[in-house]
Amino acid sequence: MQPLNELKNEAIVAINDAADAAALEGLRVDYLGKKGKLTGLLKGLGQLSAAERPAAGALINEVKQELTELLNNRKILLADAALESQLGAEKIDVTLPGRRIDEGSLHPITRTIERMQEFFSSVGFDIVEGPEIEDDYHNFGALNIPEHHPARAMHDTFYVDDTHVLRTHTSPVQVRVMENQAPPLRIICPGRVYRCDSDLTHSPMFHQVEGLLIDEHSTFGDLKGLIEDFLQAFFEREDLDVRFRPSYFPFTEPSAEVDIQCVKCSGAGCRVCSNTGWLEILGCGMVNPKVFEFSGIDSEKFTGFAFGMGVERLAMLRYGIGDLRLNFDNDLRFLRQFV
Amino acid sequence: MIISEQWLRSEWVDPALDTEALAHQITMAGLEVDAIYPVAGDFSGVVVAQILSAVQHPDADKLRLCEVDTGSGTVQIVCGAPNARAGLKAPLAQVGAILPGDFKIKKAKLRGVESEGMLCAESELQISDENAGLMELPADAPVGVDLRKYLNLDDHMIEIGLTPNRADCLSVAGIARDIAVLNGQALKGPVIESIPAVIADTFAIDVLAAEHCPRYLGRVIRHVDLARPTPLFVVERLRRAGLRSIDPVVDVTNYVMIELGQPLHAFDLDTLSGGIVVREAYADETMTLLDGSDITLLPGSLLIADHEKPLALAGIMGGENSGVSDTTRHIFLESAFFMPELIAGRARRYGLHTDASHRYERGVDFALQRTAMERATALFLEIVGGEPGPITEVVAESSLPQRNAVNLRAARIRRVLGFDMNADQVECILIGLGIIVTTTDEGWSCIAPSWRFDIAQEVDLIEELARVFGYNNLPVSHIKADLTIKSRSETYRALPSIKQRLAARGFCEAITFSFVSPEQQQMFNPDLLPIALRNPISTDLSVMRTSLIPGLLGVLAHNVKRQASRVRVFETGLRFLPGENLQQVPTIALAMTGNRDAESWSNAAETIDFYDMKGEVEQLLGAESAAKLQLVPCQRAGLHNGQSAEIIVNGHTVGVIARLHPSAASKLDLPAATFVAELDTAIILDTFLPSYEEISKYPEVRRDLALMVDREISASMLSEHIVQIAGEMLEKLVIFDVYEGKSIDPSRKSIAFGLTFRNRSRTLEDTEVTKAISQIVDSLRENFGVELRG
Repeated sequence: MQPLNELKNEAIVAINDAADAAALEGLRVDYLGKKGKLTGLLKGLGQLSAAERPAAGALINEVKQELTELLNNRKILLADAALESQLGAEKIDVTLPGRRIDEGSLHPITRTIERMQEFFSSVGFDIVEGPEIEDDYHNFGALNIPEHHPARAMHDTFYVDDTHVLRTHTSPVQVRVMENQAPPLRIICPGRVYRCDSDLTHSPMFHQVEGLLIDEHSTFGDLKGLIEDFLQAFFEREDLDVRFRPSYFPFTEPSAEVDIQCVKCSGAGCRVCSNTGWLEILGCGMVNPKVFEFSGIDSEKFTGFAFGMGVERLAMLRYGIGDLRLNFDNDLRFLRQFV
Repeated sequence: MIISEQWLRSEWVDPALDTEALAHQITMAGLEVDAIYPVAGDFSGVVVAQILSAVQHPDADKLRLCEVDTGSGTVQIVCGAPNARAGLKAPLAQVGAILPGDFKIKKAKLRGVESEGMLCAESELQISDENAGLMELPADAPVGVDLRKYLNLDDHMIEIGLTPNRADCLSVAGIARDIAVLNGQALKGPVIESIPAVIADTFAIDVLAAEHCPRYLGRVIRHVDLARPTPLFVVERLRRAGLRSIDPVVDVTNYVMIELGQPLHAFDLDTLSGGIVVREAYADETMTLLDGSDITLLPGSLLIADHEKPLALAGIMGGENSGVSDTTRHIFLESAFFMPELIAGRARRYGLHTDASHRYERGVDFALQRTAMERATALFLEIVGGEPGPITEVVAESSLPQRNAVNLRAARIRRVLGFDMNADQVECILIGLGIIVTTTDEGWSCIAPSWRFDIAQEVDLIEELARVFGYNNLPVSHIKADLTIKSRSETYRALPSIKQRLAARGFCEAITFSFVSPEQQQMFNPDLLPIALRNPISTDLSVMRTSLIPGLLGVLAHNVKRQASRVRVFETGLRFLPGENLQQVPTIALAMTGNRDAESWSNAAETIDFYDMKGEVEQLLGAESAAKLQLVPCQRAGLHNGQSAEIIVNGHTVGVIARLHPSAASKLDLPAATFVAELDTAIILDTFLPSYEEISKYPEVRRDLALMVDREISASMLSEHIVQIAGEMLEKLVIFDVYEGKSIDPSRKSIAFGLTFRNRSRTLEDTEVTKAISQIVDSLRENFGVELRG
């Protein structure tokens, strides 16, 4: 029988040399198992005298404990190492592109309309839509544009039949609201409009956002304030110069055309603004009392203002789109830029 | 409206502003200056010269040698102009002159002959595009004088884009009137005196339509000499107003129209018979207009006729045979007022738009006719001579436009403009504009002048005040409103969120025209007669779309043609369904072609199929709504017979999902695997309000069923049956495998269902589930002939 010390040293060397969990288990069985070497020593204690037995037993148990601990530690160490090497083997190329859905996009016109809606919604305007094939009355008559009025020549109208047109503006939506809702009113009407005109700078279909505010105390000053705020917010330019010029629309009086300082050259003059430094951006005015009369609103009690702008123009200025037709070509290389 | 700045300043009003500042001022007062351009190019060193002799160049067929008097000597000029002839006065660019484009004139030898300068055509001086020959100057042009001085070329043409309400500014006088008010200056203008009759001749005038023509003036002028040239200043002023010189009579009438705003017409008296009759056209009456076109007169057209024939389309255009020609000796001059309502729209119905109709339909000053006639007479006498008769005036006062008093309340000015305008300023502006103003308790009573057709309401006066005061000088304020919270339905999804969702799933939003070609429309909806435009831009864009699908397929084709292999697009908008009641239906449509996934190292390149599109539609609807939708196979034009389905919700067809028919695909140059879907937007916008259900704490039990069934039996038939038989215990049902093909009967398919059972209030017994499964299998076997797959 080996002396305890020799046995212990031999076991320590074997444990430290064990290469894997299976080898360790073999060693555990060899030394600490039921038929193991240390267990054998314990069994041999019976041959010692009763006086020697406790001390010798304690020594063997001490070694047993020591070896158990060594075995456990070695086991953890080996497990860690195995995991480590497994992870190493599982290494991937993190620079490969991820799995994703190729994102689509919203049309710049939609994007612009939604942005405009947000600004006006934030000051209490409701969004209203309406039909695109309109009757003559709502598109013209109710807006104080009688038949044969020269202003009709300003609208190159698509006719569907004697009494129906493709709406030339979204104002008829405003008329429909005025007919059905009592003031105060704050609405904007986005949508498609149509004019019988097609060239580099005119599309037979385009988009407008028109707005209407009717209240007991609204003034031209309010209109100026709202439009200035909107334009400065839209172009994110607090110092954007805005000017109001007298103009003519049958449905508003006084009427104004609004110019902004060219957003491209900041007023210095460039191709975009035809070297004038100004860009014509929208039309507006105080609602003509005749329009109120058509819709049954008391023009003595209420005043109001209306404004209308072309969405393409705003979108093109905002995003630097140089050609109107790009908006309707629907080329993916264009559309995808508005993700 | 184009006017000469010099004409304006020298005769009417001359504010202390340079050209730019003046243009800005009137632009900001509502007379928008569209352009300012010089009346000639930038040049110097050009004088009036006279050709003394012109002989053939010895070595060049097309050149002539001219002896030219420069006023300070005689020089030899080699010239190629066909009209270079002895006696002609023409502009000469002397040696040292600089022509437009910084072109310096030097001594030169042309084919061996010395030339000391260049005789110029109008185009070379950028006076006009005329380059057929030398510019011919009048015989009385002073030789040696600088051409710029002689022609007053240091002038600008100011082009003003007038709004239709400002007919009063369709003349130099009208624009000058506004400028005078803006600058607080007095309006000048030529002195116009009445010309006494020299002869007693008159020509009878009979106005049968006084309601359309409340004022008609005529005057006979005998013995005019049309051989005399129009004076240079008239020609130049007309040119600077954008009009060409025609003959002295037409030039004078045009001159007065530009100067004062009154269209005039001169007839050749010898061509008139009996007298003038102003009447409505007879049925089917015809006439030939000045421009040579034959027209059949429309009912209600107003004519200037004589006792035999129509002479002119009143206020629009004269007739061919009654106009002035070079043989004319006596003229009958007309100066009339026609009601705007009569002319408006009338000219356009004949496809005509003339300087006269443009003015009459917007409104000519109805008090101006006599003044204009006197002015024209004076000019005629000066230019073509002649003997004027007395003016005959036929007027129906009661038919003239009325100018009623309009009340202007100080309080209303404040109400509209947001500030109190000083009373003196109000009066100053209104009076300056020619408005007759009297004060009242509340403000003023105002009567608009005869030249304004746009002042009938209080607010029209306020607009004038704002305009002259300057819009940019008006105060700025901010809207005030009572802030209230408006109720908003939670079950309504706004369209933008739907669009966002589609974009997130890889769809690009397209915007196509609402009109398509009849072929495109018929390809998919041959049973609908679309709404056609009466005046389309082109046949390609001539009918209103009855579906968004053709437009989106066009987008696919556009991009496929440009090498995009994987295209997914959507559009929202109205489709227009004809019928007794036209329906304009908010619609959303999707179209896709190409592979399921974008090309990537991690994806297999698989072509999309029907279920990709169906999945997109289900995603769009959301789980709750998708469960409610029913797909029923259908056959529709342009779509694949075996891969098309109508979407039915609550018994109503709300859309379609389909593969494009292969022949449609090839016609449109699209891949065979092209899929479309179209739905009523309303279906998508309507969603549900979440309502919490207690979460069961009892475990679920899962059982799978693999079934063999005839191919004709649809998955939904089986699912619906399983749900019905299983009852409440069945919590979830999925189809986890479908197989057709090799190793199974070709008329059959294998379909595998996963059933999840759960009881909300207790743990399910194994025996209950087993019993339920066997009931389901028995019933499926009985109703659909299914077999359990081993």
